[in-house]
Amino acid sequence: MYPDPDVAKYVSEYFVPVRAHIKEQPATFKRFGAEWTPTIITWDADANTERHRIEGFLPKDELLGQLALARGHSAFGREDWDTAIRAFEEAANRAGTEAAAEGVYWAGVARYKKTQDPSALKKTGLALKEKFPQSVWAKKGSVWV
Amino acid sequence: MEINWLKDADAALERAKRERKPVLLDFSAAPM
Repeated sequence: MYPDPDVAKYVSEYFVPVRAHIKEQPATFKRFGAEWTPTIITWDADANTERHRIEGFLPKDELLGQLALARGHSAFGREDWDTAIRAFEEAANRAGTEAAAEGVYWAGVARYKKTQDPSALKKTGLALKEKFPQSVWAKKGSVWV
Repeated sequence: MEINWLKDADAALERAKRERKPVLLDFSAAPM
């Protein structure tokens, strides 16, 4: 997946990339709780905490969607609502991926956190019900409708 | 474009603080 130029550009632009190989750095696996390969963990260095985890291989579009979610969760953790909304909307716009419904959900939560306006959650719940009715994210958002 | 992978997680964490970016840790068993 990394030889793909779009994935490589995305990783280089938005993250500080570090790679650990199971045979060379088993202690790093243990330190961050990586139990399987491939696993990608995004980590907030300031808060010293994990923000997102991707376990198992994903094709390009799914991976880019997950990386957008990872960006969103990192910004969300820093309470950088505008960046979080943009990143989650990017995931939401990856049509046909598992990340899309999750992106809609979290973009709505980030909008609510920014504005404290409950209508942001209601709109999100309705959008999930309309666009992704079978998803777990629509079920989670159903309490807002 | 190739990714400039770091191997030292602590160095990556320090760089991430300076650059205000999240660290992406890739755990692999693939041939290097």
